[in-house]
Amino acid sequence: MTAATQSTTTDGADPSAVATPGPAKRARGDVLFFALRSKKFLISVSILTVLALVAIFGPIIDSTDPYAQLGFPFQPPSGDPGSLFGTDYFGNDVFAQFANGLRATFFVGFLGGGLGALIGMVVGFVGGYIGGWVDEVLAVFTNILLVIPTLAVLLVIASYLPSELRGVPFEAIFIGLTSWPWAARAIRAQTFSLRSRDFVDLAKLSGRRSWKIIAFEIAPNMSSYLFLTFILLFGGAILIGASLDFIGLGPHDGITLGLMMYNAVAWGALTLGWWWWFIPPGIGIMAAVGSLYVMNVGLDEIFNPKLREM
Amino acid sequence: MRRYFLRKLLTYLVTFFIAATIDWLIPRMMPGNPIASLVTRSCTGCSPEFAQAMVTHYQNLFGLDKSLPEQFIGFWVSLVQGDLGLSIYGNGRPVASMIMGAAPYTLAVLVPAILLSWIIGNTAGAIAARRRWLDNTVLPVGYVLTATPYMWLGLVVAFVLSFQLRWFPMSLGYSQNLEPSLTIDFFLDLVSHWIMPFMSLFLVMFGGWAIGMRNMIIYELESDYSRYLEALGAPQGLIRNYAFRNAMLPQITGLALQLGVIVAGSLVTEIVFQYPGVGQLVFNAIKSEDYFLLQGIFLFIIIGVLAANFIVDIVYVIVDPRTRVAMRGGTA
Repeated sequence: MTAATQSTTTDGADPSAVATPGPAKRARGDVLFFALRSKKFLISVSILTVLALVAIFGPIIDSTDPYAQLGFPFQPPSGDPGSLFGTDYFGNDVFAQFANGLRATFFVGFLGGGLGALIGMVVGFVGGYIGGWVDEVLAVFTNILLVIPTLAVLLVIASYLPSELRGVPFEAIFIGLTSWPWAARAIRAQTFSLRSRDFVDLAKLSGRRSWKIIAFEIAPNMSSYLFLTFILLFGGAILIGASLDFIGLGPHDGITLGLMMYNAVAWGALTLGWWWWFIPPGIGIMAAVGSLYVMNVGLDEIFNPKLREM
Repeated sequence: MRRYFLRKLLTYLVTFFIAATIDWLIPRMMPGNPIASLVTRSCTGCSPEFAQAMVTHYQNLFGLDKSLPEQFIGFWVSLVQGDLGLSIYGNGRPVASMIMGAAPYTLAVLVPAILLSWIIGNTAGAIAARRRWLDNTVLPVGYVLTATPYMWLGLVVAFVLSFQLRWFPMSLGYSQNLEPSLTIDFFLDLVSHWIMPFMSLFLVMFGGWAIGMRNMIIYELESDYSRYLEALGAPQGLIRNYAFRNAMLPQITGLALQLGVIVAGSLVTEIVFQYPGVGQLVFNAIKSEDYFLLQGIFLFIIIGVLAANFIVDIVYVIVDPRTRVAMRGGTA
């Protein structure tokens, strides 16, 4: 995640930002009404849709093996549909690598971001709702992990991992396991502010179990916030994954956008000026992560009436 | 005030202890026998005798023949002595001295990039928040920059400024035909190699700070105190000044939270430019499967990030008068 997105989430722990429970039907209509009028939301969703379509259908339509020698090495992009993005040092099709890499990138973002959001939610809900020493212990643990640089830990873990285990799913899981602390802290703050609301007290009086109160009273009231947290973790996981791949800890089989850049640098694409080898993967990551961040802001404005410009 | 800092210091020491323990634990927790996999990977096609010799060598290095508590104590004893083991990549050079040799390059890029991007980014964000036309340019540019992977911006900067325009040398820390010396020529050479890694780090971070500040200012201008000042008829400049000071505090906290990401960014940026800092060391350590070097770098990064966090804590107390008041037992 970035400074900008982070400060809006962690510091914007404003209780009034949580949607006030109102007639559910009208609220849903409102969300749709404002969503269709939010430029930020529409643009980012369009870009993400295009990228997702390329990631899903690209490898199906253009079923070229990303590692198959297609033609002459380092051909610049041409109008020829066979080599849309040109070829690399080995004569591999750059577009095939891009489409397959994009798929892996979305996978890492979705799984890593989802796992991070899940752990962050569990830790944040439990700490914020139960309070007391449980909260203290979780807070100390969270704050310690928050300071330790994720990439440094992943560096040591990934380098010791037997290479047959070093695949895209493992990368995603490791990222998920280490990226949750800031989310946990933000969710804890939100839970804490909701805990003393009347409807929670009422639920407590009616004898509901704690986890049910969390799942059915507290979580729905901050669902928009939880979704935004997931989006930010999604984008963050993509960037961390790309860095890991670029450092040389990427998967040994398959292709990712980070690995494309690693290969491009390793085979001298920069010194020889084969820009079509390293430009597409970066644009892919930038477009995906940038759209996620902009969508986060757009959704924030849609969910939170105070931020709406219209 | 002393109690506050002592408490902070204690927290960081505990954090370091845990981080170092993780560092010690990871190779011992890995599935299978780490030494066996190290040997099979680093010597494919070795004779069985040689492989066996490697196994004993690693076992002695890790101290695996001893009991776990003994290993743990031994790890800390050598750590306190500054002994991080020997580097395979460096042909047996001590890991600690290799890191110390690379650290100045990393810090020379990282520290100015962090400070300047923070100052200039926050200023740009604050200015953007008050001018619509500027906001319409700063905001999209900021989002694009902050979503850019560090290494890719490095690649683009190198491609444009070095490959196309030939303004700066593409790689390394200084020209190989020069001897490191205290001359103007060598210094200028250093700067010309330094400028591109610095620039690409600076740009990515700049985007994040500008957006963060812009959003914070708008948030502050909506808050009650700004509204109240406005109602009193205070000049706009005064209100903005207050908003800026309040918006700065989350940005300082944000800097502390971002340090891990920033360090990661500097590592990959160095790899792009083959800049001889810690990032390049990481890259080579991974390529030559040099685990002692990697673990040493891990500890070095942790110490650096913790120290920087402590500095941020001190700055926060200086900038925010409320924390000082609270520490003296008053209420803000």
